[in-house]
Amino acid sequence: MTELALAVFASETGTHLLHPPLNRRWYSHLRSFDGHAYEQRLAARGLRFLPRTAPEFPPLLRAIHDPPPGLFVRGAGDTGLLSRAAVAVVGARACSGYGASVGRSLGRELTRGGLLVVSGMARGVDAEAHRGALEAGGPTVVVLGCGIDRDYPAAHAELARRIAATGLLVSEYAPGVEPAPWRFPARNRIVAGLCAATVVVEARERSGALITADLALEEGREVFTVPGEISSALSAGTNALLKLGAAPLTAAADVLNFFGIEEPAPAGRDALLDLLPATADELVRRTGRPAAEIARALVELELAGAAAAHEGIYRVQ
Amino acid sequence: MSDDLQRVTKLPESRDGCPRSVGDVLARAVTHALVGLEPRRVEVEADVYENGLPAFAIVGLPDRACAEARQRVRSGIHAAELRFPKGRVTVNLAPAGLRKEGSGYDLPIALAVLAASQQLPHDELDRHASIGELALDGRLRRVGGVLAVAEGARRMGLERVLCPSESAAEAALAGIEPIPVRHLADAVAYLRGELEPDPIVPPRAHDPPPLPDLADVRGQERARRALEIAAAGGHNLLLAGPPGTGKTMLARRLPGLLPALEPAAALEVTRIYSVAGLLSVEQPLVTVPPFRAPHHSASTAAIVGGGPGIRPGEASLAHRGVLLLDELAEFARPTLEALRQPLEDGVVSIARAAGRAIFPARFQLVATMNLCPCGARGDPAAQCTCSGQRLAAYRDKLSRALLDRFDLVVTMPRPRAVELAAGPSEASAQVAPRVAAARGREGLSRTGDADALLSRAVERLPLSGRGRARVARTARTIAALAEADAVAAEHVAEALAYRSPQELAA
Ligand SMILES: Nc1ncnc2c1ncn2[C@@H]1O[C@H](COP(=O)(O)OP(=O)(O)OP(=O)(O)O)[C@@H](O)[C@H]1O
Ligand SMILES: [Mg+2]
Ligand SMILES: [Zn+2]
Repeated sequence: MTELALAVFASETGTHLLHPPLNRRWYSHLRSFDGHAYEQRLAARGLRFLPRTAPEFPPLLRAIHDPPPGLFVRGAGDTGLLSRAAVAVVGARACSGYGASVGRSLGRELTRGGLLVVSGMARGVDAEAHRGALEAGGPTVVVLGCGIDRDYPAAHAELARRIAATGLLVSEYAPGVEPAPWRFPARNRIVAGLCAATVVVEARERSGALITADLALEEGREVFTVPGEISSALSAGTNALLKLGAAPLTAAADVLNFFGIEEPAPAGRDALLDLLPATADELVRRTGRPAAEIARALVELELAGAAAAHEGIYRVQ
Repeated sequence: MSDDLQRVTKLPESRDGCPRSVGDVLARAVTHALVGLEPRRVEVEADVYENGLPAFAIVGLPDRACAEARQRVRSGIHAAELRFPKGRVTVNLAPAGLRKEGSGYDLPIALAVLAASQQLPHDELDRHASIGELALDGRLRRVGGVLAVAEGARRMGLERVLCPSESAAEAALAGIEPIPVRHLADAVAYLRGELEPDPIVPPRAHDPPPLPDLADVRGQERARRALEIAAAGGHNLLLAGPPGTGKTMLARRLPGLLPALEPAAALEVTRIYSVAGLLSVEQPLVTVPPFRAPHHSASTAAIVGGGPGIRPGEASLAHRGVLLLDELAEFARPTLEALRQPLEDGVVSIARAAGRAIFPARFQLVATMNLCPCGARGDPAAQCTCSGQRLAAYRDKLSRALLDRFDLVVTMPRPRAVELAAGPSEASAQVAPRVAAARGREGLSRTGDADALLSRAVERLPLSGRGRARVARTARTIAALAEADAVAAEHVAEALAYRSPQELAA
């Protein structure tokens, strides 16, 4: 129960606390704080609190050097979800079309491969990764940088609703906490902390996604980086990571292999969709199927309105 | 002079019943003019009026090269130590309305003049057709069109054709006995019965030069598959993509997948090459499908045919073979539009005074192009720098109507290194037998499912009526390659993958 009190105290005082500060303000808060009543109010709003001491608290997150006192949780997903093999997919908010499509297809392919995709629901790569995961029919987890009752950015309220239908939104901040820029790096440590691997799709220098990657590296987690154009500012951060020795990611399979998951066999159209965007020949190589078979499957997808080709590249519609 | 020759000199009078004045002798040799590839009988009549003022005239619509026979014939006769007649010599090429082109009339003109001047037996000459150019020293030179002349002669019921010895093997293809002639004197001696003709050396079969092999191409699985289908069904194929992805390389590997020509087709092609003067002396019969790759700067006449000296164009030289238009969008638009007729009808027809010249031109068109003028489109590592206007002009070159002529269109984006690093691919020798086997399987009908899929595709995709027909044709070839009993939905589905994408044309 102290965890909840601490989490609420930190939220109310706008501080970032891992342990009780043992000052008068804290003791005064503790005396007046009614944990049961608070939990009931949370439950009434469809929210939960998962203390750090609870057995279901994700072990990877507990293992970081500054784990939060607990996580506020929203959504229909089971809290056990948070302990599944997870991968963070993060990147620039103002990403390129390329970054968006890579984020989306990674979200899809990694989910299909059986991984939990975790991100921050920010505009750009984060949201695309969540969308990809949803397209693959899997649950996905959002780590918010504001109070658990907020949808931030507001434009993603609908996305949050869809994510909550099967997955979870989590935050270390109690309801009512406003989003603030200084909270995002703290949020990013939770994103990285939940995951054994972090994929950075596109990142400018000194961007939030790079912070996530740094945090992951500090915790000894794997970092994958999608190589970008050397001339683009959106690749400056990712390419710098590559120089530092991050693993280049050229296909979702790179991540799946890291988790010891075999690349999904192309059972049919759905499997192919996961591999898009791609040229027909890339699909031939990835699946090991003959060109004729891939051609047929792609036409089926086109006729179903699920994919379309432009200049030889097939994309999800 | 023998009795025989005395008798012969009277023959013209007895034939046309027209009394002639003393010293006026008529003789006749037979050859053929070509209208397109069609031989038309031409009678070369020589009239020698020994008492007239010295003159040598050729009438009957000769072109310049043909009219210049006067110098060559006169000089050739002297070189053969024969006598060029004194007085007035008139040669008429009948029918007069038909234009006579080229130097192949030299030999029949010389023989007719010699017969008219009683140096040759007329009846022997009557049984022979003749063709060949005379050098000033009396030797015979090869000319184009010997095969067609020989075929015309056979149709007329003639027994033999006198031709330059280098053309004898070609003439023999017509099923008529060629008399190879090295020098005008030989021809005369032979017709006089004084010389046995040289035996014709049967052309020695030599191995054709090796064709480029598919094994050299790395990756590009879809394009390779399309190439195989194109080969199996004789489909027109367009390869589009950024520079250096292997488009030209692949296109040049199509001939190596095609089966040898059937005998009838071989003769058709040989006839065209004969007229164009492109036959090989050693092996005149063209047995492998031709491959022509004209440069985009070539004129419309050079590509489609026609022009002043009526010659088959590249489209006809590619008959029963492959016409490669590399960098399709660089060709002049009128040239591309002019190709639509042969693409549709399989012939080029050229209007001439003497009627239409028809050249067969049933070729398989293979074309390559970039996706935009700067070439960057389709290349993830490059940025297209084309202005909208430039792009529009580029696409405007290729009308929808032209694009609709391609059964198979493959966009070849730049492959990633991994795709190219794939293991060695199939060699032409592995693909060619599948192509040959598929060619034997014809007349497959579509299943109900296949029809339904085709209709669904027409509803859901931008696919014209002609596009639908092309897809159906391609599907039939795919089914044949698959050794299927009928064209099933899966074959239609694959065929649809090679339809022409919207972004290629305006
Ligand atoms: N798939 C490939 N496999 C092997 N070699 C290749 C391949 N693609 C390109 N090359 C190499 O690159 C050279 C250029 O290829 P090619 O001329 O076929 O390109 P292209 O697609 O026609 O380009 P462009 O649009 O510039 O005409 C080839 O001669 C070959 O050496
Ligand atoms: Mg080329
Ligand atoms: Zn361009």
